[in-house]
Amino acid sequence: MEIKKTAIAGTLESSDIQLTISAATNGISIDLQSDVKKVFGDQIEGVIKQTLSDMGIAAAKVKAVDKGALDCVIKARTIAAVQRATETTEQPAWEVL
Amino acid sequence: MKNNVDRELPTDLLQQMNYQPFATTEIGHPEVQRVAPKVRVTTGDDKVVDSIKKVVAATLKDGMTISFHHHFRNGDFVFNEVMRVIIDAGFKNLTLAPSSLTGVMNDIVIEAIKAGTITNITSSGMRGSLGDFVSHGGLENPVIFRSHGNRARAIEHGDIKIDVAFLGVPSADKLGNANGMEGDAVFGSLGYALMDAQYADKVVLLTDNIVDYPNTPASIKQTQVDYVIKVDKVGDPDKIGSGATRFTKDPKELKIAETVNNVITHSPYFKDGFSFQTGSGGAALAVTRYLRQSMIDNQIKASFALGGITKPTTDLLNEGLVQKVMDVQDFDKGAADSMHTNRNQQEIDASWYADPDNKGAMVDQLDVVILSALEIDTKFNVNVMTGSDGVIRGAIGGHQDAATGKLTIISAPLVRGRIATVVPDVTTVVTPGDSVDVLVTEYGIAINPKRQDLRQALSHIPGVPVYDIADLQKMAEKRVGTPKPLEFTDRTVALIEYRDGTIIDTVKQVKD
Amino acid sequence: MAESEERLRRTMMFVPGNNPAMVKDAGIYGADSIMFDLEDAVSLPEKDAARVLVYEALQSQDYGEAELVVRVNGQDTPFYDNDVKAMVKAGIDVIRLPKAESAAMVEKLDQDVAAAEKEFGREAGSIHIMAAIESAKGVLQAPAIAAASDRMIGVALSAEDYTTDMKTHRYPDGQELLFARNMVLHAARAAGIAAFDTVFTNMDDTEGFYRETAYIHQLGFDGKSLVNPRQIAMVNKVYEPTEAEISNAKNVINAIQEAKLKGSGVISMNGQMVDRPVVLRAQRVMKLAKASNLVDEEGNYIEK
Repeated sequence: MEIKKTAIAGTLESSDIQLTISAATNGISIDLQSDVKKVFGDQIEGVIKQTLSDMGIAAAKVKAVDKGALDCVIKARTIAAVQRATETTEQPAWEVL
Repeated sequence: MKNNVDRELPTDLLQQMNYQPFATTEIGHPEVQRVAPKVRVTTGDDKVVDSIKKVVAATLKDGMTISFHHHFRNGDFVFNEVMRVIIDAGFKNLTLAPSSLTGVMNDIVIEAIKAGTITNITSSGMRGSLGDFVSHGGLENPVIFRSHGNRARAIEHGDIKIDVAFLGVPSADKLGNANGMEGDAVFGSLGYALMDAQYADKVVLLTDNIVDYPNTPASIKQTQVDYVIKVDKVGDPDKIGSGATRFTKDPKELKIAETVNNVITHSPYFKDGFSFQTGSGGAALAVTRYLRQSMIDNQIKASFALGGITKPTTDLLNEGLVQKVMDVQDFDKGAADSMHTNRNQQEIDASWYADPDNKGAMVDQLDVVILSALEIDTKFNVNVMTGSDGVIRGAIGGHQDAATGKLTIISAPLVRGRIATVVPDVTTVVTPGDSVDVLVTEYGIAINPKRQDLRQALSHIPGVPVYDIADLQKMAEKRVGTPKPLEFTDRTVALIEYRDGTIIDTVKQVKD
Repeated sequence: MAESEERLRRTMMFVPGNNPAMVKDAGIYGADSIMFDLEDAVSLPEKDAARVLVYEALQSQDYGEAELVVRVNGQDTPFYDNDVKAMVKAGIDVIRLPKAESAAMVEKLDQDVAAAEKEFGREAGSIHIMAAIESAKGVLQAPAIAAASDRMIGVALSAEDYTTDMKTHRYPDGQELLFARNMVLHAARAAGIAAFDTVFTNMDDTEGFYRETAYIHQLGFDGKSLVNPRQIAMVNKVYEPTEAEISNAKNVINAIQEAKLKGSGVISMNGQMVDRPVVLRAQRVMKLAKASNLVDEEGNYIEK
């Protein structure tokens, strides 16, 4: 899928993660800020990458500000951000959910 | 070598510093020799001085041990003023031995370490930038963390030999009779500072409020004091309160608090004349409120409440639900003011409160105690010192001491954000599992297998499931995932003493 | 009526659908039903995000024994279709339709759910539905709404919108809701489904909350919609059976067992025949007693 615009999903409240996704020319780059980066950084980035890949996003710039989100929240926010960035909110990719 | 809570300890360091590994929570009946301070004889008419500089110059030498108290918490002005003078005067190799270190002291301690002014620290704890600095290897010699009771023990033994104590007080007279109850920046009990006043060779009071002689009630007495320094302000009254004194509305905290209260009221200890310690923090205040209702409903009165005191506890005193408050420190102005007006609120020093090497300490008489945890492991060992990143961000406080109570309840959420509280092994053992009886989380409780006697009483509380602590640990891990193990270097940046002065764990320098 | 066995629905706790902290912790308070809200608790720009968040939480979080309900956006909004699809795919227990005013609206939801069940391979008829009644029209249509689908498990009164529609507001004595409460309750009972009373929002008025809960308990409501977990224990307390009710119920249950052992079709107690309503009430009392931890495994009253 193609990223048509920069989009944000999620908040800076506790247990949430705010993701900003914008277009990039090649590959996925993730800039992660998190208090638990030392122990969960790899896992957080892994969930984001897996979800992007499931949604067919091959290139994107991702800024993630984590406030202690669980994996299900990270996945949900990634999906919401991608749907917004690709303008597919009205026709969600059901198979990815 | 490994100690009795299975922690690998640096043998060389222990030998070099003449330490024994932690073996047991039993103190036994050893005979110990206490020390006494040196006294410079005076009639007392020459004590008032107008300059910190003069006093520092007259009392301090390189290599000495200096102390402060932390009763002003984040409203403290005294620590910074005195340390500024000491650093500027170029002193070196001092040991800093305060009762604890609060956030407002961090910057100048780091400056003093960098300048070589401070080369050793012993404290109850440290947080923020200072904890970070030490955890990253900023101080060459390991910090020694001691509980409040253990600090009293160490001072009495001479393990901590205080050369000069700088003690801020909200009121003092010209000879040094002082208390924490009168003045602008009141904090109530002087509990921790009383040790310094009794055992330091030189006792220096700093106050913004010199009152007519003789000042009563006198917590610190003229017989102990060498100098009284008049300063502009000892502290900021608005920042003395510990902050967490509001009643929580967080439903999760309330649920935990309600469960804690259920555990107390279903235990065999909940009967007329029982005693308790609840501590500070929103959840602890909520427990006090639930407990109050249960005491009224069941017509039960407590003989005493102990430890750090908050207004909800002094309210119980004023309502007659608690007969006596034994007060080593006050967490809010309400509790501090109450000390002034209610003679059943007794100021106690740290030794009376919690010293294990005593002819009886208050904690030994304690029935129910509620304590917090950053982490608790499947052996019920508790960490209140290092965070999820391995960095020092806590304080022992009275944790190890109060845990000797007959029913020790650890109150903690199963997970905080993405961090599990119940873990396979705590990062740092502060309080050994042997002295912990029940863990209360929002999901249910776990009872230490060593307390089979409690199982019967606590197994049928409506809406409170009992889990094996290993199952709670698995539930936590299932929710948050498995964290990557923390990485540390081999260098020891801090030693955690158990309350008897043995080593229960060490903190290593973090790798990053 | 969608179910053969009645379940306890004393408490239906509202959880804002776009709040991760509340969504993940919703299971710890012991609510009989948890209602994730995609409607009023979520602002327009966040509707999509809330939907995905609730979906992912349902896939991964353990909510124990609670019945899981989602309030979708209304049929007059552009969010309704995807809300229904996502929640059916997630395998939610119950979809709650807001602002129900006619049997046709419930029938539409029934068909949309059926289509989604087919699309996502869910067992046909496995997803239940309920309707919230929030207007004069809805109240007058309540009997038809309650009976409009085999999937229906309950109707709920939503008083904030209803009182506005009625050109009044809520009063402490609840007189303004008298007719609506009775209509909704009768519609539910006639259709054999559950009836939920409206929320009580003033957390500082504990006395008022108890008064209202005792009142709707007396009327016969199954339970109440709740805005704060702290209200759960209060509702359960009101619904707790007394020791006398429990011991009476125990006698009835014993009499049933005795009749079964004897192979007798007639249940009798103290020489008197026990008829069906008494049996049903006894079973309900024992269920409540167990849920309130008032009896042990064998149904004996636990001394406090």
